[in-house]
Amino acid sequence: MSVRRRLCVMFSLGVLSSGMLGCSVENVGTPADGTNTSAPALTPSSGEPSRVQVDGSSTVKMITAAVGEEFEGKFSDVKIALKVTGTGTGFKEMIAGRIDVANASRPIKDSEKADCEKNGIDLLELIVALDGLTVCVNKDNDWVESITVDQLKRIWEPGSTVKTWQDVDASWPDVPISLFGPGEESGTFDFFTEAINGKEDAMREDYSPSADDNVTITGVSGEKGGMGFFGCAYYYSNTDKVKALKVSTTDNPGDGVGPTAESVKAGKYKPLSRPLFIYVKKSSLARQEVQDFVRFYLNEGQNQVSAVGYVDVSDDQLKASRDAFEAAIR
Amino acid sequence: MSSAGSDTPTSHRLISAPVSFVSGADRSIRRRLFLSRVFSWICRFVTYASLAVLIVLLTAIIWSSFGRLAFDFVYSTNSSNPKNAGMLAGLWGSFWLVLFTALFSIPVGVGSAVYLEEIAKDSFFVRLIKTNLSNLAGVPSIVYGILGYTVFRSAAAVLKVWFDGQHAFNIMGLFRLRLHKLPIYEDNILVGALTLTLVVLPTVIASAQESLRSVPSSLRVASLALGATRWQTIWRQVIPAALPGISTGVILSTSRAIGEAAPLIMLGALTITTMVPGNIDSPVKLITRPMQVLHAPLDQFTAMPIEIYDWSRQTDSQFTAVAATGIIVLLIVLLSINAVAMIVRHYASRRLKW
Repeated sequence: MSVRRRLCVMFSLGVLSSGMLGCSVENVGTPADGTNTSAPALTPSSGEPSRVQVDGSSTVKMITAAVGEEFEGKFSDVKIALKVTGTGTGFKEMIAGRIDVANASRPIKDSEKADCEKNGIDLLELIVALDGLTVCVNKDNDWVESITVDQLKRIWEPGSTVKTWQDVDASWPDVPISLFGPGEESGTFDFFTEAINGKEDAMREDYSPSADDNVTITGVSGEKGGMGFFGCAYYYSNTDKVKALKVSTTDNPGDGVGPTAESVKAGKYKPLSRPLFIYVKKSSLARQEVQDFVRFYLNEGQNQVSAVGYVDVSDDQLKASRDAFEAAIR
Repeated sequence: MSSAGSDTPTSHRLISAPVSFVSGADRSIRRRLFLSRVFSWICRFVTYASLAVLIVLLTAIIWSSFGRLAFDFVYSTNSSNPKNAGMLAGLWGSFWLVLFTALFSIPVGVGSAVYLEEIAKDSFFVRLIKTNLSNLAGVPSIVYGILGYTVFRSAAAVLKVWFDGQHAFNIMGLFRLRLHKLPIYEDNILVGALTLTLVVLPTVIASAQESLRSVPSSLRVASLALGATRWQTIWRQVIPAALPGISTGVILSTSRAIGEAAPLIMLGALTITTMVPGNIDSPVKLITRPMQVLHAPLDQFTAMPIEIYDWSRQTDSQFTAVAATGIIVLLIVLLSINAVAMIVRHYASRRLKW
């Protein structure tokens, strides 16, 4: 009795589950019929939105997320699948052919380009925004407004012996200097070390690294002698907490330029301005949804760049990007 | 309990007896009593200190989420506008993850515990497994993330290639099962759940072992003496007796899986998305959309801790409130799971008498 009941339950579970699987169960007429798979081609289940796979930089993701949200509002049958693993990992995913668009806060390296070519992946490089890395100090710091690249180098270079502000400039007070910044996994770190210390990844060891730029801001605002650097979007939304320094490429600090949207756009904020990129897999552009998304990114989506705190690219640059895109889809 | 109660007056007499005539011993006893009191105060302080930290943390979180927590937070998906950001995608992602983590870890975990405690003979190999289990419980979850990436995700990629070319399956030559073609993603919920299973499995096994060990051996002996086989003894006596402990351990360790972000990010979980797995965004659709229910485990996902992590890193300081609200929702989910554990424990232990 009990065995029969159990069999009964198992059978009904089986039927139920095959029903749940959403598949049609049919009798196989003849064994030969099994090979006949000329059944009508089954299309993806209805209402399933197509997706654009995006991965990469945490800096660029803020723009891509905002653009993607606006895009999804207009193209309701497309979804943006956005991951944030960092520029380097984003390129790795691109090399592996898993994504359509890679967010990048630095240009692609030659080695990465070579790997892409090896896998037959052709990339379209588009500059979508500009960023001015901002060097910030504490609000109570009243002795420095502008700093030279050389002074920055003396503070941040590997093996630097600078312990107090006085060590940098004799006229500055004897306040201990405490340094904050992103960790070495970050594209911002790569760019800063290259621009200031002349060599990528060359950085003094005794600063406080953090993957979260909000932690850097909290650190700088908590120490009178604090100093840190991060993308300008973080500065623009925290102007009440930290003070941005002007940066001068000459020996005269008076020549310093601040990280304003105008100076970054005009290319005057040197050497800490950088372009932000998206890299699009050219073969993915054959898909309508990817094409729509990239076109949207370069047109209506550009409104989002300043909205999330980055700097618009110049009109010429934008036109060049649009032309490159149109050439790629032709 | 009753024997300890009757002991107390005797032990009191034993301590106080020498006090009256040996003054050296008196000092020593006073010192020892003082130390004992100090120790109990230290214990009390440590307990209340951690409680105070917890209260401070909770107050800070509730404070910063003030005015943000509303029902639309769990009805809407993520947004780059802090006013519209919601947790729907993360909630559903975590739901599916925990569901499948439980489905995978319960049979494997309880089965292994039963084998190790009830069936296996005490051999070198078994001792090796037992020792390694406790070591595995201490492995950081990101390591399991790497393992999951290389094993499960690669397997899913292979499966995807195979599955994409397949439209119909013959089942034992009797039926042809025709599957509607489903989009499969290699960074899907099953891959995430399998990885989380690895994370929680050592804890599940350990807690199940512990509760099996607490079942009195007289129960097993009596059952065997009455002619029951080992299978009958385990299935009808030992496991029901250990069930409260096993279920509590399983539920608590599965709820740990909800808080894991690192291995999921490693596997390639989405960071920012408005997509809900299988497009099932309400419990009703679990019943009305069987096709989508089938699709959900093979879909891309995000999870609650990933969304919280991302919000806390946003530039806009308004996202602090969003992150705090996310934490509160996560806490509510965790507390409800723990409440379920308590209820299960209560009902399962009601039947037990020995």
